[in-house]
Amino acid sequence: MNVMTNPTALDVERIRRDFPILKQTIRGKPLVFLDSAASAQKPRAVIDAMVNAMETQYANIHRGLHWMSERTTEAYESTRDAVAALMNANDRSEIVFTGNSTGAINLLAHSYGRGVLKRGQAVLISGMEHHSNIVPWQMLRDAHGIELRVAPVTDAGELDMAAFEALLEDGKVGLVAITHMSNVLGTITPAERIVRIAHAHGAKVMFDGSQAIVHRKVDVRALDCDFYVWTGHKLYGPTGIGVLWGKRDLLERMPPFMGGGDMISSVTYEQSTWAAVPHKFEAGTPAILEGIGLKAAIDYVQTIGYDAMAAHEASLTEHALARLAGIQGLHILGQAQDRGGVISFSLDKAHAHDVATLLDRQGIAVRAGHHCAEPLMHRFNLDSTARASFGIYTTHAEIDALADGLIRVREFFA
Amino acid sequence: MTQTDSFDDLRDLYQEVILDHGRRPRHAQRLDAFDSTAKGDNPMCGDRVQVWVKYDADTIGRVGFEARGCAISVASADLMAETVQGRSQTDARALFAAFREMARTGICPTCNAAVADALERLAPLSGVHEYPSRVKCATLPWHALIAALDGTKEASSE
Repeated sequence: MNVMTNPTALDVERIRRDFPILKQTIRGKPLVFLDSAASAQKPRAVIDAMVNAMETQYANIHRGLHWMSERTTEAYESTRDAVAALMNANDRSEIVFTGNSTGAINLLAHSYGRGVLKRGQAVLISGMEHHSNIVPWQMLRDAHGIELRVAPVTDAGELDMAAFEALLEDGKVGLVAITHMSNVLGTITPAERIVRIAHAHGAKVMFDGSQAIVHRKVDVRALDCDFYVWTGHKLYGPTGIGVLWGKRDLLERMPPFMGGGDMISSVTYEQSTWAAVPHKFEAGTPAILEGIGLKAAIDYVQTIGYDAMAAHEASLTEHALARLAGIQGLHILGQAQDRGGVISFSLDKAHAHDVATLLDRQGIAVRAGHHCAEPLMHRFNLDSTARASFGIYTTHAEIDALADGLIRVREFFA
Repeated sequence: MTQTDSFDDLRDLYQEVILDHGRRPRHAQRLDAFDSTAKGDNPMCGDRVQVWVKYDADTIGRVGFEARGCAISVASADLMAETVQGRSQTDARALFAAFREMARTGICPTCNAAVADALERLAPLSGVHEYPSRVKCATLPWHALIAALDGTKEASSE
C-alpha cells in the first residue's frame, strides 16, 4: 500500500466510468445501485479479462501440454498468487478455490468438521450469521454429533463478547466460525480479539469475510486466524469463484471434500491417493474464466487501494446515517461502533418489500427481506428490513437520492 | 417531498384501492366460529397469512385472515375475502385460477362471465405482473384459501 496516497482521494467519477453498467437507466431514471452487498457490479477490466481469455487462449487447465492450456493454466494459477498476496497468506498453497463462500464453508464443515473435530466437541457461531454460516454447521451437528453454540448479539448489533467468552470456557469448542462483517447490520466484528480469546481456549477460528473483504484490508497473518473465506462476486469479480484460505498444517490434516479429477495423486480400483494442498480440495474442472476474472478484480481494487476504498465508504456511511436519521419513522437496525457500508432499516407503516418496490420505481435498487439471516431478524423481532449497501462507485448524490426517495415512500404511505 | 407530489410514478402498482385495503383491511380478523382454516407461507420473503372460512350452506359465508406481509399481500387477502364471500367453492376456485393468470400476465384471456365482475374488483392487483418477485405476494392468500377449502392445513405460494 502506498502510504503517500491520500485516502480520501478516490475519484469516484473516474471509477464509475470503469463500470459500464452504471450508464444504464432504469424506468427512465439513472440507475442508483445500492445493492452491492448482495453482489457488486463488474469493472471493464474484469469483463475484458474474461472475454479476452475466451477469445485468445481458452483451454482446460492443469493437464494440457499444448500452448493454449499452458497459457490458461498460468493465468488461472496467477490468481492464486494474487489472492495469497491480497490476504497476506504465508504461501499460495494455502489458497483453495471454491464456488463461493457457501462452498468454502461447506468444504470446511465437511472436511474439518467430520475429519478433524471429534464427537462431543462444539462449533461456535454468532447470532448475526448468514444462513451459509449456520446451515452447514447444523448439518454437521446432526450427522456427526458436534454441538452447535450461538454467541448472542447485543441490542446495538455487536457481538456480546462476555457471552462469547463464556461459551468457550468449558474448552469443548473446537472451532469458532463467525462473520467478519454482518451482511445485515454492517457490524465489523473484533477479529483480533475473537482470535485471541478463541485460541486461549483451544479453539480454531474461521472468519466469513464475504462482506469484510470488500471493505477492509484483510491480513490473515496479522489476524492470526486459522481459516478465512470469501467470494469473488462481491469484490467486483465474477460469480462462481470463492476462496477458502487455511493454515497449511490444518489444510493438510483435513480429508478431501469432493472426489474426482484434479484432486488425486494416483488412482487404482483398490485405492486412490490425494494430491497435495490446495489441489486435494479442488476436484473437477474449476471455474477457469471466473478465476481469470477474479485476478483482474483483485488487480483493480489493489490499484485503487483499500485505504481509499475504506475512506470513501466511511464517508458514504456517515452521510447515509445522517440523512436516514433525519427521516421520521425510519429505524436503522444496528448501531455498531465499528461498521461498514451496509445499512438495514425499516419504515413505519411501510413493509420492506413495498419500500424496495417503490424505490425501484424511482430507479433505486435496494435489497429487502430477511437477507438470508432469519435468526438475526427474529432476534430483533422483525420479519424483514430494507437494506442499502455501498460500493466503490457509490456517490453521495446517490445517498441523497435514496433519502429523498424514502421520504416520498413515507409520504406515499402516510 | 412536497404536497404537490403526485406520486404518478409510484401509482401503477400501488393504486388507491390497494393502499386503502393494505392500510385498513376490512376482513383482517380471526373468525371465532369457522369450518376450516389454513396457513400460507412464502419462505423466500417471510410473508405469512392464515385464512379462516365459515360456510353458509353451499356457499362461502365468511372469510377472515391474519397477514404479516406487505401492502400487496394484505390488500390481496382483503379483496379476496370480499370477493369470495357468498360464492360457491367452485366459483371461488375459478376466480382464483383467473386471478392467478391475471397476476402473472396482467391480462386474463380465459376469464369468463361468471367471474368477470369479481375480477374487475381484483384488477388493481394486476400490476404485480411487472414484478415477478411480487406476484407471490398477491397470490399467497389465495393459496391459503384454496388449502382451507381443500381441508389441508398448509399452503405455500408456487
